[in-house]
Amino acid sequence: MSAEKANVKKNKAFTMSSLMRNQIFIPIAALLLLLLFNLIADPGFFKITLGYNSAGNPVLSGYLMTVLDNGSELAILAIGMTLVTAASGGQDISVGAAIAIAGSTLLRALCGTNTRPEVLRMPVICAFLISCLVAMAFGAFNGLLVSIFKIQPMIATLILYTAGRSIAAWINNNELPIISDPKFAYYGGFIPGIPIPTPFFIMAACVIVTMLVLKFTNLGLYTQAVGINESSSRLNGLNPVFIKWLTFVILGLCVAVAALIKVSRLSSINYSVIAKDIEMDAILAVALGGNALSGGKFNMVASIIGAFVIQLLTTTLFKFNVPSDALPAYKAIVVIMLVVFSAPIVRSKLAEISKKMKNPTVKEVA
Amino acid sequence: MGNQALLSLKGIYKGFPGVKALQNVDFQLQSGEIHALMGENGAGKSTLIKVLTGVYTKDEGEIFLEGQEVSIRSPQDAQHLGISTVYQEITLCPNLSVAENMYIGRSDDMLQNWKKMNEGATKMLESLDIPAKATQQLGSCSIAVQQMVAIARAVDMDCKVLILDEPTSSLDDQEVQKLFKLMKELRGRGVGIIFVTHFLDQVYEVCDKITVLRDGKLVGEYEIKELPRLQLVSKMLGKELDDLSDIKSSDASGETAKQGEVLFEAEGLSSTEGIKPFDFYIRKGEVNGFTGLLGSGRSECVRAIFGADRVVSGSMKKNGKTIKINKPIDAMKNGIGYLPEDRKIDGIIGDLSVRENIILALQVMKGFFKPFTKAQANAFADEYIKTLSIKTASADTPIKSLSGGNQQKCILARWLLTHPDYLILDEPTRGIDVGTKVDIQKLVLKLASEGMSVTFISSETDEMLRTCSRMIVMRDRKVVGELTGEDLTQNKIMSTIAGGEAKS
Amino acid sequence: MEKVSTKLKNMTDTNLLLTITIVVFILMYIGAVLFQGKGFTKPQAFFNILNNNAALIILSCGMSIVMITGGIDISVGGVTALVSMCCAVYLDYHNGNVAVSMLIALLIGLAYGLVQGFLVAYLDIQPFIVSLAGMFFARGMTTIVNTNPFNVENADFVALKETRIIIPGMGSVNKLGKYVDAYVEIGVVIALIVVIAMFILLRWTKLGRSFYAVGGNKQSALMLGINVKRTKFLSHMICSTLAGIGGYVYFLHVGSGAATHAQGAEMNAIASSIIGGTMLTGGVGNIIGTFFGVLSLSTIKDIVSSAGLDQAWWTGITIAAMLCIFLVIQSVVMARKKRAIRK
Repeated sequence: MSAEKANVKKNKAFTMSSLMRNQIFIPIAALLLLLLFNLIADPGFFKITLGYNSAGNPVLSGYLMTVLDNGSELAILAIGMTLVTAASGGQDISVGAAIAIAGSTLLRALCGTNTRPEVLRMPVICAFLISCLVAMAFGAFNGLLVSIFKIQPMIATLILYTAGRSIAAWINNNELPIISDPKFAYYGGFIPGIPIPTPFFIMAACVIVTMLVLKFTNLGLYTQAVGINESSSRLNGLNPVFIKWLTFVILGLCVAVAALIKVSRLSSINYSVIAKDIEMDAILAVALGGNALSGGKFNMVASIIGAFVIQLLTTTLFKFNVPSDALPAYKAIVVIMLVVFSAPIVRSKLAEISKKMKNPTVKEVA
Repeated sequence: MGNQALLSLKGIYKGFPGVKALQNVDFQLQSGEIHALMGENGAGKSTLIKVLTGVYTKDEGEIFLEGQEVSIRSPQDAQHLGISTVYQEITLCPNLSVAENMYIGRSDDMLQNWKKMNEGATKMLESLDIPAKATQQLGSCSIAVQQMVAIARAVDMDCKVLILDEPTSSLDDQEVQKLFKLMKELRGRGVGIIFVTHFLDQVYEVCDKITVLRDGKLVGEYEIKELPRLQLVSKMLGKELDDLSDIKSSDASGETAKQGEVLFEAEGLSSTEGIKPFDFYIRKGEVNGFTGLLGSGRSECVRAIFGADRVVSGSMKKNGKTIKINKPIDAMKNGIGYLPEDRKIDGIIGDLSVRENIILALQVMKGFFKPFTKAQANAFADEYIKTLSIKTASADTPIKSLSGGNQQKCILARWLLTHPDYLILDEPTRGIDVGTKVDIQKLVLKLASEGMSVTFISSETDEMLRTCSRMIVMRDRKVVGELTGEDLTQNKIMSTIAGGEAKS
Repeated sequence: MEKVSTKLKNMTDTNLLLTITIVVFILMYIGAVLFQGKGFTKPQAFFNILNNNAALIILSCGMSIVMITGGIDISVGGVTALVSMCCAVYLDYHNGNVAVSMLIALLIGLAYGLVQGFLVAYLDIQPFIVSLAGMFFARGMTTIVNTNPFNVENADFVALKETRIIIPGMGSVNKLGKYVDAYVEIGVVIALIVVIAMFILLRWTKLGRSFYAVGGNKQSALMLGINVKRTKFLSHMICSTLAGIGGYVYFLHVGSGAATHAQGAEMNAIASSIIGGTMLTGGVGNIIGTFFGVLSLSTIKDIVSSAGLDQAWWTGITIAAMLCIFLVIQSVVMARKKRAIRK
């Protein structure tokens, strides 16, 4: 007991350095840095105004709202991606293509073969469930390749990455259905009377469910155990094949939710553009969260914060009138800077230097 | 000052965050001697060797080779200076050929001369009697052969200093003898050999001098004749050892077990790993063991019982009732625990904490939807950290930062926590320090006296003689005999393994 | 069966996968001839595969080397686009010299290799993340250099682009009854030189063998006295430099600069390497296999488009299906082999 107390004291003494070592430090530091940058560059970034949109609904707008709004899909994907990364030690690069498939399925279910339907063929919730099933089936396919055939996740999902958008186009015969029902737009826009964008609520619900699942089941322990040492997990009675497969199916579910939001935003779909490059953002979110991309231990909260950091970066760049085509170049520089500063080698070097700066005399005396 | 030391280390310091691994260590090696470096796990042997081979850089101190001060910053530096090393874990590339593994990284030539290399390798393999082809892919050789290739590489490099870091743990007796012959030959040529091992017998068989380390500090350097075994152990442990033979007294428990009812039995069991169908039983409170040379199939037998490998035939009964074990969880639900042979690959989950490692098996048995609360998990972990006296900073420490012996204790705790009535221990004492070895043997006997059945497998026969009341002997993946009572002697075991009993 | 399994056992992983690749390619080409008619029997059909894929062959060679070393580089497509755009702008807007434009291509490649190699090897950052950022950067930079796509009209360059190397004796008679010589473009010659050079590098130099060693087991390679960091660094250097050269060959083939050039080329290069028997786990692979991997990939594409399945999605789906089949074959064969060894 007393040893524990002593430990606590010791920890307190090194709050700063232990904070530095904490995983969540990386995304939060990045978040604060970006916010600080915006504060200095233009405090207007933080302004949030209450206005009314074309439908006459009260709507909160401002850059921060944009981040919360647009970051939602990314955060939802980051949840699934974190689990996949932890259990399989690899990433799913097909999530963008899978969103196209899930979105296409959703529209097909709602519209049938009629591309401009007056009335929807079924309630949105039913169509959503169907698209969930389809997305989870594709997740299961990826999972199968990874878990049973032991193909590296990035390569296994390369298959769906290549074929996904084609499959999405094929589902709707390459037509682009448009839904005119304003209710369908609620999921990606605003519900009348509520000034906060709906995606934010969907995201919050997903995060809460995830946290509950992590608390009341062993999903976290099992995925980490399998990710760290598969063979030993098996000898402890776990079924690594199933657990890896399961994480891909969960990611499939996340994909379906993200697809609902994405499709609802436009009330339509563009197979080659929808959720383009989102897989890269989702992977970056996991990496920014300080999670090893080689699998094992993970921190879900850090990943979710990571997702919002990525979105904040995107929004910041847009605000400075960076054309959307050139956006990746700036993003790349920021990303590289972040990974360089969070690289263990660089960190330990920096720590050494700061130590030397603090007491430069020690070395000379010795 | 005619006999200048070949290699001498003076005042070596090396620290890691939170640990002082080496403090003011001196070490001297003459040419033409075999020098044992002894110490418990965590004593600093591996660190010292890694400093010497350039894997770690020392914080302070000086290294002299033939009187010249040298600085070793990378394994290449060490190689160029004539220091070669063979590690316990195979440090070769499985995807390259045997010959390549022997020659890669040794010269600065730009081009690769396959013909010359294969010829040289073939000659070397022949002279050392290693059953491998030069062009064969290394990954397709057995572990023992791979280890021999690593040694062949080191020998071929005309080194001045040869470091052998527990090279014998995956070799069988014959191979060990071959290695010893080689070591003596090299000694004759004036090579200085540093030999690290956990097997005391081997130290007394080949070594000339012993240097003992403890807690990162030098205890002393001794001539082999001046330091009898018991004193060596007490120097390593830093205390007068309660004699190793002490625990033998509890042999009686084995006798009582003979009358116990049969707890578990298997008939005609065989698995995909190619063991011949075998029968097996264990009584309540009995300690039995599988013995045989490395690769004789002793691990595969217990893996089949636990469902770790796919069982292809046979039936199993527990307490008289037929049970089916297809995968580890089935065995666990039937009250069987299994501590695997390879701690690093099959045992620990490196990045997880000590606590999570301890509760894992019980947690899996309890179910996916019923996680332990943090308080429960802590209580379990603290209980076993205390009862097995696991040395760890806290239950939150990642298990990989513990020493080998303490890691093994955690795995043991994991299975004890599930309260099995049949526990299988496959090489629980491999690669761990003497003190923990004794602890584990004592624990096994204690558990048996409390009514648990234990199967104990070890490469060290005397360990098994001390703990087991019945031994099943294996050869070439087949059960070839069973020894009990008075037959349990070193000689009898050896002759059964060798196949002598068939004639007599 | 027994014989087959012992043969499997004795083959190195690299040779085993190479054999599979070549067999599959030959079967596929025969299939193409059988089902798609005579078009494929003309030598020019084969040379056209080379003409269209010279750049991909070069990119795939670099990719294989990085993958053998245990890394990955997904920036090669972006680098190709960047090289095309920079050279195009230089040649047309600045009235540049062709030789200098080549130098520019090479320098872009070298610079990429330097930065990415340093980050991966010396700062120990995951290659996937580094080259992902590299890809973003290249694509973004391409639009910053010039937003709109355009054709290059520089006379020297067009002359070089139109240069055809006639292959004697391989020509065929066209529909009008006229004899047409078979030809390859300059890019093909460069690609073949690269293939041969990389083959020699991997097979007969110490550096090449170090790539395999590091990919097989990094820790062991270090203990065997190989400079792991330098080896990793050089693998990225070679890959990016080849991306620069490949980028120029691509530019020479299409003759224009555009931000959308070589879209998905990194995926094609990875797919070719895998079909060619390079394992992503590192340590196993062969340049000859990669060469056949590119040919297999493009043969499939040709079969699909000549089968009248013009809709763009069929190409994507078939390539994906093929990649899937190859990955499964690889994984099954390797698992079998492992089992054979244990017995």
